[in-house]
Amino acid sequence: MSLILALIRRDLMLSIRQGGGAGTALGFFLTVVVLLPIGIGPDQALLARIAPGALWIALLLSVLLSADRIFQQDYEDGSLDIMTMGPVPFEMVALAKAVAHWLSTSLPLAIAAPILGFLVNLEAAAVLPLTLAMALGSIALSFLASIGAAVTVGLRRGGLLVSVLVLPLYVPVLIFGLSASDPGAAPGLTFAALLILAAIALVSLVLSPLAAAAALRAYLR
Amino acid sequence: MELHATGLSCERGGRTVVRDVAFTLRAGELLQLTGPNGSGKSSLLRLIAGLNSAASGKLSLAGGSEGLSIAQQAHLIAHQEAVKGALSVRENLDFWRDFLGGGDVAVALEAFGLTRLADYAAGLLSAGQKRRLALARLVLTPRPLWLLDEPTVGLDSASLVRFVDVMDHHLASGGMIIAATHVPLGREADHRLELAGAS
Amino acid sequence: MTMQYLANPTRFLRLANALLPYLWALTAGLLVIGLYGALVSSPPDYQQGETVRIMYVHVPAAWMALFVYSVMALASAVALIFRHPLADVAAKTAAPLGAAFCFLALATGSLWGKPMWGAWWVWDARLASMFVLMLLYLGYMAIWAAIEEPHRAAMVARIVALVGFINVPIVKFSVDWWNSLHQPASVFRMDGPTIAAPMLWPLLVMGLAYTFLFLSLHLVAMRAEIAARKIRQIQIAEIGER
Repeated sequence: MSLILALIRRDLMLSIRQGGGAGTALGFFLTVVVLLPIGIGPDQALLARIAPGALWIALLLSVLLSADRIFQQDYEDGSLDIMTMGPVPFEMVALAKAVAHWLSTSLPLAIAAPILGFLVNLEAAAVLPLTLAMALGSIALSFLASIGAAVTVGLRRGGLLVSVLVLPLYVPVLIFGLSASDPGAAPGLTFAALLILAAIALVSLVLSPLAAAAALRAYLR
Repeated sequence: MELHATGLSCERGGRTVVRDVAFTLRAGELLQLTGPNGSGKSSLLRLIAGLNSAASGKLSLAGGSEGLSIAQQAHLIAHQEAVKGALSVRENLDFWRDFLGGGDVAVALEAFGLTRLADYAAGLLSAGQKRRLALARLVLTPRPLWLLDEPTVGLDSASLVRFVDVMDHHLASGGMIIAATHVPLGREADHRLELAGAS
Repeated sequence: MTMQYLANPTRFLRLANALLPYLWALTAGLLVIGLYGALVSSPPDYQQGETVRIMYVHVPAAWMALFVYSVMALASAVALIFRHPLADVAAKTAAPLGAAFCFLALATGSLWGKPMWGAWWVWDARLASMFVLMLLYLGYMAIWAAIEEPHRAAMVARIVALVGFINVPIVKFSVDWWNSLHQPASVFRMDGPTIAAPMLWPLLVMGLAYTFLFLSLHLVAMRAEIAARKIRQIQIAEIGER
C-alpha cells in the first residue's frame, strides 16, 4: 500500500514540476469553452441552455488529450519495465497511475468547470449539481482514459486513436453526467443519476487496471 | 541458489530471436552473454526478467525466496535508464526504494560516487552520470539476480572500477549476474554463452 | 507450439471447405424465402404502408451488428484465456463484417426514418448507441491496422474488443431505459413477440438468412486471413535464410 502511495506521490510531483499536465489541460478546457460563445453567438438564453453540455464535452476532451501522459514517459524511459518487477501485481501500478492522473488533472478540471461556467452563462442553480456530477464522473473519465493510453502507448501517433477508442466509452458518463447536472430535474432524478455515475466510476475502477495492465504487458514484451 | 535454463526459445514478431538456450548459474557466478547485434542478448535478459514469455523451454530458480517470481528477485539494467529528469538524484532513488521495497539510499549514492550530486535534478546529469544513477538501483535494494544489458556503456574508468567493486561484492555475498556485453566487463566471467542469433 | 499452430488451422480449413457450399446454399435459400415473405406475401402496415418493408432489411442487420460484436468479444475472451490460435483470427475477421451490418442498419434506419419521423437522423438513445457501436468496430479495426507486430496487435485488440463489449447491452436495452423515438423491442421480449404472424415469420427468416450469410462470409474471411498469415511466415523464413 505504501508502495502505491509512493507511486501516486511521484506522479503528482512529476506533474507539478514538469508542468504541462494539469496546466495545459486547464488551458485547453478554457479555450474550448471560450470558443463556444464565439461560435454560437451571444444569445444568453441559448448559451444557458447548452452550457452544461458544452462544459461536459470540453471536460471529456481535456481529460482525453492529457491521457497519453499517464504511461507514455514511463514506457519510453524504461520505468514501466522495472515496475513489472516490483513486489505488487502490475495491475496495482496501472491503478495507481490512473489515480494520480485523476488527482492531478481530471479533478482540478472538474472543480474549475463551474468557474468557467460563468463564461457560458451557466445558471446559478446548476453550479452545485454540475460540480458534484463532474467530480464523480471524472473518476470514470480518468480510468477509462488510462485504458486508451495503455492500448496506444507504443504507437507514435496514438493521440487520435485514443480518441476513437475512448470517446465511445465516455457516452454513458456523458448521458448520466448531463442528467445529473440538470437544475430543472426533480431531486430524486438528480440523485439517481449521481448514483449511476458513482456506479460507472466503480466499474471502471475495477475494469481499467486489468485492461490497462494487460495492454501494457503486450507492449513491454 | 541456482538459476537453471533448458531449451529456452523466444519469439518477437513471429521470428525466433533466441533458440534453444541452456545454462546453469550458481550463487556467486557471473555469466557473460556475447554475440553480434540482433543475436537475442536483450531478448534473453528480458525473458528472464519476465517481460517476455518463452515460446518453449524452462527457466527455474532453486533456493530463492518462496512465493516470489524470478522477476521479483531480479534487477534489470536495460538501455533505458528509468531516470526522471524532473526529480533530483536522491528523489529518484527514494522512489525506487519505496517501490521496490526497502534499501539504503545513502549507501547506493556512495557506491557510485553520486553523493555530491544527490540534490541536483537528474535531468542535469551527463550520460555517464545517469548510467551510474541507474546502476545505483542494484545496490539500493538487495536482490540476488542481476540482469545487465551493456552495463558499462558511458562509464569512465573511475566509475568502471567502482562498478567492478560492486559486482565483486555482490558475487562474494552469493549473488548471481548475467551480463550481456561485447566489451570487456573488467572482470573475468565464470561462464560465457555465445548467442549466434536465430537462423 | 508450431505443431499445434499448424495442425489446428489445417483441420479448420478442411472443415471450412467442406461446410461452405452448404452454407452458401442455405443462405441463398433463406434469402429467397425471406425476401418473398418480406416483399410479396406480407401485408403493408396499417399505419406505415409499404415503407414497413424496410424493416425486413433493417432489423436483422441491427441484430447482426450486435451478434457479430458478441462473437468478436467471445472470440477475444477465448483467445485471451485459452490462447487458441484461431480465436484471434475469428475476432479480427468478424470486425469488418460486423461493421458492414452496423452500417447497413444505420443506413436503412435513416431511409426509414425520413418518411416516418420526417428526419434522416434523430439523436435518440438507440441511434446514438448504435452509432457508438459503429465507432467501436472502427476503433477495433484501427488497432489491428496501427500495430505492426501481429502478436502485440492481437493482445491489444483482445482487450479493446472486451472493453467495448459493455456497449452491447446498452444498445439492446437503450429503448427500454430511455424514453425514445425509436420503437421498443417487439420480437425478443420476456412476454413474447408483439408483432403479427404474417410479418413475424419473414422477419425471422431474414434474420436466419443474415446469420448464415455472416457465417459463410466469416469462414471465407478466416480462410483468407490464415492464408495471409502463412504468406507472412514464409516471407519471414525467406528473409532469415538470406
